[in-house]
Amino acid sequence: MKLNVDGPNGAVSAYAYTGGKPFDPTLPCVVFVHGALNDHSVFTLLARWFAHHGHSVLAVDLPGHMRSAGPALASVEDMATWLLALMSAADVQQAALAGHSMGSLVALEAAARAPERATRLVMLGSCVPMPVPQVLLDLSLTNSAAAIDRVTSYSISTLASKPGYPGPGMWLHGSSRALMHQVLAAQGDARLFHTDFSACNNYTAGLDAAGRVRCPAAMVLGQADQMTQPRGAKEVAQRLNAKVHTLTAGHALMAEAPDAVLAVVRSALA
Amino acid sequence: MPGYADPGFDTLALHAGAAPDPSTGARAVPLHLSTSFVFQNSEHAASLFNLERSGHVYSRISNPTNAVLEERIAALDGGVGAIATASGQAALHLAITTLAGAGSHIVASSALYGGSHNLLHYTLARFGISTTFVKPADIDGWRAAIRPETKLLFGETLGNPGLDVLDIPTVAAIAHEAGVPLLVDSTFTTPWLMQPFAHGADLVFHSATKFLCGHGTVVGGLLVDGGRFPWHAAERFPELNQPYAGFHGMVFSEESTDGAFLLRARREGLRDFGACMSPHTAWLILQGIETLPLRMARHVENTRKVVAFLDAHPLVAKVGYPELEGHPSRELAKKLLPRGCGAVFSFDLKGSRAQGRAFIEALKIFSHLANVGDCRSLVIHPASTTHFRMDDAALQAAGITAGTIRLSIGLEDADDLIDDLKRAFKVAEKVSA
Repeated sequence: MKLNVDGPNGAVSAYAYTGGKPFDPTLPCVVFVHGALNDHSVFTLLARWFAHHGHSVLAVDLPGHMRSAGPALASVEDMATWLLALMSAADVQQAALAGHSMGSLVALEAAARAPERATRLVMLGSCVPMPVPQVLLDLSLTNSAAAIDRVTSYSISTLASKPGYPGPGMWLHGSSRALMHQVLAAQGDARLFHTDFSACNNYTAGLDAAGRVRCPAAMVLGQADQMTQPRGAKEVAQRLNAKVHTLTAGHALMAEAPDAVLAVVRSALA
Repeated sequence: MPGYADPGFDTLALHAGAAPDPSTGARAVPLHLSTSFVFQNSEHAASLFNLERSGHVYSRISNPTNAVLEERIAALDGGVGAIATASGQAALHLAITTLAGAGSHIVASSALYGGSHNLLHYTLARFGISTTFVKPADIDGWRAAIRPETKLLFGETLGNPGLDVLDIPTVAAIAHEAGVPLLVDSTFTTPWLMQPFAHGADLVFHSATKFLCGHGTVVGGLLVDGGRFPWHAAERFPELNQPYAGFHGMVFSEESTDGAFLLRARREGLRDFGACMSPHTAWLILQGIETLPLRMARHVENTRKVVAFLDAHPLVAKVGYPELEGHPSRELAKKLLPRGCGAVFSFDLKGSRAQGRAFIEALKIFSHLANVGDCRSLVIHPASTTHFRMDDAALQAAGITAGTIRLSIGLEDADDLIDDLKRAFKVAEKVSA
């Protein structure tokens, strides 16, 4: 679904996947927010399930990513503002906010800025703060392909993820790399990876934001996550009073363990 | 290509897509000979059918053993995923029919395996899909042949019969300028010798019957997607970026940015044409792939020895191997195939069809049959078998002479293969022209 989202420079075109069904703003809404150099497609199985089980779904492409017009936003705070404006553009006053990695910070910040609009908060593959090693920040600027290779290796914990994402026969390492290359190429912004990583790295208000969130929260962590290690989620989980689910997976939770992720997100949104 | 800190090729050949079975502890990949898979409940069934969950329903669409093979070849080729098919021809058919329909057009190399040529030139034409053939080295010809209705450029890593090396980087660039993907038949090279995606190809298929299986036991194909073609923005491909009535209006490029092609190929082509691979075949091909690096190294090592022997033999007019001086693809081979140019090649015997027949019949280790890529060495004489209806002029047009002999070099002792060839030369020499 295409939406025009109001921003400081006027309305900008944005895309949200609606789970294979027409969007119905009268249903309880779930908003999914992807991570750095990803797009909505990391959430398609979850989005389809919720869209076909009594919810409306907005799995967004953040500005500058794949189908949503750029430029990319440079801070988590700006992305959160944009996300709330996108909800308004879709005539959604309240929604459950679920995000992965960088997207989890966007969901957290949005839930803190507009606590009355967040019915649930689900942070997947997350830690707060979310510092990015200087070597990755540099590599994302100077050699995106090498940065993509490195992040893929850090993000997937096994050579045999079953049952496969989005279906059997997919090689997740190759899929992760190809998705990031496609997102990088889609709008010709060679700095996009660096912009996203910098936004994660510079977001220092996360723990304070957690104190302002009023809705029930859950954290879904990967036991073998090398990008956002579970120990980095401890304090934010305490501040959110969040239920913590630790799965046998790496950072790419939705792809590595789609059934387990569905089960915990269902319980979090119940 | 395997990325930073990813395991190397040999490790992926053994481990990609497979882990000890969680229910039994089995270390080798289990063979799941089951047509169907039990649903946990009605909701689970419905969500599997509607692609809300990933999993196996029916083995025509997917199977756990096949999935390991699909992940493994994708890992080795540097792709995002794959589909196992009943044969290499089925893989080619699936690739084409996922993208093309009546009124579509293909630009293909003229140096193709005969079966692929038949499919494009005769059979698909009957269904309204036309093909323009261009010589693989004719770069301007590739560009000029593209039409508004062109859906695919297609060639072989090593063309038939002369082993013309396809200039994949250049042909891929031409394809991409036009918004068209490049499909490559990688059967002769396997990912051990070349990974076409790293050079710009978009789709790859293999006749897994050959080197991937390696033992001459089963027939199978693999279609692999590189995942980088921007289907979402490709005007020529409403099949992938517009609603598909055959699957609840699904827009495949929205469901998966990098796996859209494979989603449609599986959900339409495999579902409706049904040319799936038997899990037993998948299991046997997996056994082959586990030793692919070792076997390919030996295939190439043996081939180089046999090529050197033939190149120096007085009864041989010509050896068609790209590593030899004078081969038109020699420089391209150095660039794209540094590990070797495979183990299938042809040479021209100085002599008649009768001498060619006598040569082959005198061989004792080489097996006379119509296949390549076996662990055993194979031989065929095109003028008296696959091309026997052609006169000498027609043979010449096809790049074949009355004395052309095709060899597929196996894993035997190279000295024994050379002794076998020496013996056959002596017999052929005695036959009157």
